[in-house]
Amino acid sequence: MENNPVIRRLRPADLEPLSSQSAAPLLVRPSRSYWQDAWGRLKSNKRALVSLYLIIGLLLFTFAGPLVWRVDPALQDIDQISVPPGADRGAMVVDPFVAWDNVSLDDGYQGGTGLSLAGDPTTQSVRLHWDAIPGASGYRVYRNNYPTQDADALGLPLLQINNTQQMYYEDRLDLRAQTYYYSVAALDESGQLTGDYESLQADVVRVITVNEVRARDLSDNPDALQPGDQVRLSWHPLGTDYLGRDMLARLMAGARVSLFIGLLAPLFFVAFGVLYGATSGFVGGRFDSVMMRFADFVVALPFLLFMILFQVVFGIGPGESGIVPMLIALIILSWPATARLVRGQILQIREEAYVSAARLLGASQNYLILRHMIPNTLGVILVTLTFAVPAAIFTEAFLSFIGMGVAPPTASWGSMCNEGLKTMLTHPHELIFPAAMISITVLAFNLLGDGLRDALDAKMRNTE
Amino acid sequence: MWWYTLKRLFQGVITVWFIATATFIGMHNVPGDPLSGDRATNATIRANLEARYGLDRPVTEQYFIYMRNMLRGDFGISYTQQNREVNDIIREHFPVSATLGILAVLFAAMGGILFGALTALFRNRLPDYIIMFLVILGISVPSFVFAALSQLSLVNMNNVLGFSILPVAGWGTVSHMLLPALVLGLGTMAYMTRLMRSSMLEVMSSDYIRTARAKGLSPTRIFSRHQLRNAVLPVITVLGPAIAAITTGGFVVELVFAIPGLGRYFVQAVQQLDYTVIMGTTVFYGAFLVFMVILVDLVYGWIDPRVRLQ
Amino acid sequence: MKQEDPKDFAQAPGDRLTRAAGKQLAIYALAAVAVLVAVMFVLNALAGLTSSAAGMSRMAVDVENNIITTYLRDEPPQMNSMLASDAVSGMVLAHVMEGLLRYGPDDELVGGVAERWQQEGNTVTFWLRDDARWSNGEPVTAHDFEFAWKNVLDPAVGSQYAFILYPILNAEQANNGEVPVSEVGVDAVDDRTLVVTLQTPIAYFERMVAYHTYLPVNEEFHRQTNGRYGADADEMLYNGPFMMTSWVHGASMQLEKNPYYWDAERIRLDGINYAHMTSDASTLLNLFKDDQIVIADLGAEMLEEAMLQGWTLNQFMEGTVFYTDFNHRPERLTSNLNLRKAMALVHDAGELVNRVIKLPGYLPGKSLFPVWLPGAEETFREEYPAQEYRRDITKAKEYLQAALDELGLDRLPPLVLLTGDTPVSRIQAEYYQEVFKRNLDIDLVIDAQIFRQRLEKMTAGDFDLVASGWGPDYNDPLTFGDLFASWNLNNRGRYSNPALDAQVRIAQSSLDMEERMRAFGEIQRIIHDDVIMLPDYERGYVYVTHPQVRGIRRHVIGAETDFTNAWIDAGE
Repeated sequence: MENNPVIRRLRPADLEPLSSQSAAPLLVRPSRSYWQDAWGRLKSNKRALVSLYLIIGLLLFTFAGPLVWRVDPALQDIDQISVPPGADRGAMVVDPFVAWDNVSLDDGYQGGTGLSLAGDPTTQSVRLHWDAIPGASGYRVYRNNYPTQDADALGLPLLQINNTQQMYYEDRLDLRAQTYYYSVAALDESGQLTGDYESLQADVVRVITVNEVRARDLSDNPDALQPGDQVRLSWHPLGTDYLGRDMLARLMAGARVSLFIGLLAPLFFVAFGVLYGATSGFVGGRFDSVMMRFADFVVALPFLLFMILFQVVFGIGPGESGIVPMLIALIILSWPATARLVRGQILQIREEAYVSAARLLGASQNYLILRHMIPNTLGVILVTLTFAVPAAIFTEAFLSFIGMGVAPPTASWGSMCNEGLKTMLTHPHELIFPAAMISITVLAFNLLGDGLRDALDAKMRNTE
Repeated sequence: MWWYTLKRLFQGVITVWFIATATFIGMHNVPGDPLSGDRATNATIRANLEARYGLDRPVTEQYFIYMRNMLRGDFGISYTQQNREVNDIIREHFPVSATLGILAVLFAAMGGILFGALTALFRNRLPDYIIMFLVILGISVPSFVFAALSQLSLVNMNNVLGFSILPVAGWGTVSHMLLPALVLGLGTMAYMTRLMRSSMLEVMSSDYIRTARAKGLSPTRIFSRHQLRNAVLPVITVLGPAIAAITTGGFVVELVFAIPGLGRYFVQAVQQLDYTVIMGTTVFYGAFLVFMVILVDLVYGWIDPRVRLQ
Repeated sequence: MKQEDPKDFAQAPGDRLTRAAGKQLAIYALAAVAVLVAVMFVLNALAGLTSSAAGMSRMAVDVENNIITTYLRDEPPQMNSMLASDAVSGMVLAHVMEGLLRYGPDDELVGGVAERWQQEGNTVTFWLRDDARWSNGEPVTAHDFEFAWKNVLDPAVGSQYAFILYPILNAEQANNGEVPVSEVGVDAVDDRTLVVTLQTPIAYFERMVAYHTYLPVNEEFHRQTNGRYGADADEMLYNGPFMMTSWVHGASMQLEKNPYYWDAERIRLDGINYAHMTSDASTLLNLFKDDQIVIADLGAEMLEEAMLQGWTLNQFMEGTVFYTDFNHRPERLTSNLNLRKAMALVHDAGELVNRVIKLPGYLPGKSLFPVWLPGAEETFREEYPAQEYRRDITKAKEYLQAALDELGLDRLPPLVLLTGDTPVSRIQAEYYQEVFKRNLDIDLVIDAQIFRQRLEKMTAGDFDLVASGWGPDYNDPLTFGDLFASWNLNNRGRYSNPALDAQVRIAQSSLDMEERMRAFGEIQRIIHDDVIMLPDYERGYVYVTHPQVRGIRRHVIGAETDFTNAWIDAGE
């Protein structure tokens, strides 16, 4: 036994108890609060983060945008109606328009045979004059965008003249800087086409009157302007709408309305729902069941039908935008969902083991509310809020589509879409921009809602 | 179970009464004159018309008369179509809206389940990305934009092909139903796809699936018996609200595709202040929705034994 | 054995579960499609049970059956000619019914059920043809007219268009409930003779008789329908060129040639299928391009397409005049003539129509009387050209200053512009707001209301300016001419001027066409000088028709789109 080398090497110090200072590393991270944790999780969710940036961008666009892009969204530019983005802006200066009915042919009339132009064709007007077509007892004037080849397809009929005295016509209908093909066709006694017609080609030049140049401040030296000078029309980066208003400025103005409804309505009805649900859940008993029954009634109202009804019942007075009635209707109809949710949460949390434990440890009612109820319901409320935003924006757009939305001249993305739809074929930019804004906003809030849900509530977490 | 059903039905009836009262109060506070027309009429005719629609009586009396008639299932005569009963209007046009709605819901649910399952199975691979991109489109594009665009592209397709694949608008045959139902169901389908995807992913990583695999169940059986069935449950929960949203949200599609549904009638009636039609439609739709939700709840209790109907 | 992470089930492409699931899903998808198709057919069958017939949609032209397919702009509220007050009902009625007189293809008055007629003083006698039949084979008699007219005037019936019968003796009194309906001056002397006594002799009664409120109704049949006359295809008797065989509300309507029609040889189509009821311009263009309808009105955005396709485009004035009416009630600022003149000098209908509304077919408004109205010889507007205000900002500002001085104001308070909820009225209101603000610094406040709320506000005088429209009821300038008479209930601005009233009385009572036209010319001048309203535009349409269908007519009065003279030219 004495020969055991281990024992032999033992010293008294070896038999001392180990000190508590161990070399093992500390496995505790600094304590993180619920919100820090949630923020960390949100940050690691790339999609949610991008959508958060998108929303910040949208808010900047809405509120800081008008400071940068200082164009009046209500300013109409009759010379640039429904102009797509990036269109040519050169225009020739001309004298103010004077109607040309009691025709005086010395005014630029070149004479000649058949159909001819009087004066230069401009976007202000195209003046036609023609000599009598033999056998005609009336005329019809046509305009075509394509060279005419067929007596049956002369283009758009502009005017029918049932006599042979008037042999001139002034076209002003939606003239654009392009080539038109005008025809004058002869009519017989009964007003039917005889088959005789004459055509000409007119290359229309974009023009602007001196007064307009001055009013819009388009020239450095407006006093020296002469008819025939060239100016550049004002710049519209996203084009203009059906009244020549700047699309970018209008999108910003529309954003204020759409986001106002989209953010404020959910904020209000969620707040009301929280109060209602929390009161109901806390008080409990008969009061609770009565309150919840009422909420059930409101849930049962057909949402869109009542939205429309409310819009009519509240009415929009002269000069009102109609935003407030829509807001009120949204709040009245949407609160019960939140109320039910919050009440359920409160009832559930009340029964949770940790709340019972806290109560056993002597926590006060206030501590319970502040420490447990609010943080634990706040997550759910926040998620509800985020998902309510796209729904509210869609509702506004839908109401505007059926013509029961905001009143003119107020713009919202929904009403802009509605107007854009009508000219979808010829001026797609009037539909695409507002529709894209709606889509981006709705998408951003949906993705943010997803991210928030995952970050805030471990139980509701997606497996992603 | 029976007691529960009865209780729910009773609540449903009370709810319908609430809806009718709310609509009545709303309707009688609308500014505007439902009896006016393009051409001004003299006082005698007006008085006669008011008497015909009972508008000359006190509002409370009108309310009781209306409730009594409603109990007998009589919603009165339309103001704009002076010889048609509201009952006729509902009877003729609701089936159209319902057909469209049922198809759209079916389409949304079936498509949602299918695509949701697919995206979950092929998570983070090409099919997932394609479908999720479409889902994002479906969620974020307003339905009226979508309806108009789809109609336009159908026309162009018909033109290119030289014959018509599907009718562009209208109602009457099976081929008329397809595109409107697709458009109407699209938003809901996108929503359901998302729901199905996450619930499927959750189920796939759950313990009972692992157990089932360990037990040596055949993959087919695992998929159909355990995965699909459990993953579908959340989708069925939202079916009730989805039916509500789709049947009352059909106006846009009905307007764009010229479909004679009740939704289009309702919008017209509101614009014309046709009191009886507005009231009748709202009460009818309200009742329909209330009982639809009850039905879905009952079905849910039947499918999922964990939910006890109390 | 290799350990598997359950999360990676789907990650391994070759996994058995994925393959099995894929197969299952494929089966499931097939089943789903099958269920959907089955459900569609079941629902279709069920829907077929509830409505009388499914709206058969065929190609635009059915050469074999000699039927054309087209659309209605709206669902007609009813086909009861005694109550109908809208253009769509009027259009269908013109196809399925025939009155004493009707308009021919070129808008000339021709005999319908009446073989001949004669006006002597205040007595008008109509002799009915003996081969006019109802669609149940019974003859159309003078009693059918007497019944219908007296029914219209019955205050209990409450017809909105009763006023159009007011030229008849005691008609207005009966309609007001002052005398019994039996006192009305309509008398069926026998089955073939109808004698009408007028209140006072007037020159335009025959033009009014062509209106659909004057159509006959079979009393016996009307009684049998029990208040549902005109509600459905089988709740009516027809005496016109066509009869309605099916009416699926909101969806479609089928007309078939009426074998009992006395002039059936004239009718060359065997049927008209109104397969759609919609006014959505792009839907209609889509339907037309898809060869589903024979006619379509075009919006501005469809012109490019139409020109590219080389379609024949036609234009047609629909008849309605749109104008901005002022509120002339004394307590309103707009009762000030100088203010109205200032606004008239800024208002430019040409700019509004050509550059803002931009709808093809619209004409800039110049007068209350539209261009198509007949005068004594030529059209009224050729005989009495309209006076116009030319935009003149300087002069406008002078008038505005004068108005402000008269009113004792430094600055004009905002004016309320009451308008409708249609796209055009919305654009117009926004444009006016800007034009008057920029040129005169007048603030316009837009009050956009749905139709019936707008009417109530118009009647109550709750506006300063209101966007109005007036459609003609008969083919005489009087249908517009009495609009601003002080007693006219449709004069919502309550304009009152004895000089204008006097001219209206002449126009109503004179039997001399020249004198009447002079009176209308005078009315037109007063409207201009007194700036009673600002003319905005006359509505017109540019439309395309199917190349195989000939003889489609469009009328201002009667059938807006008239197929009674149409035929299919299969050669093309």
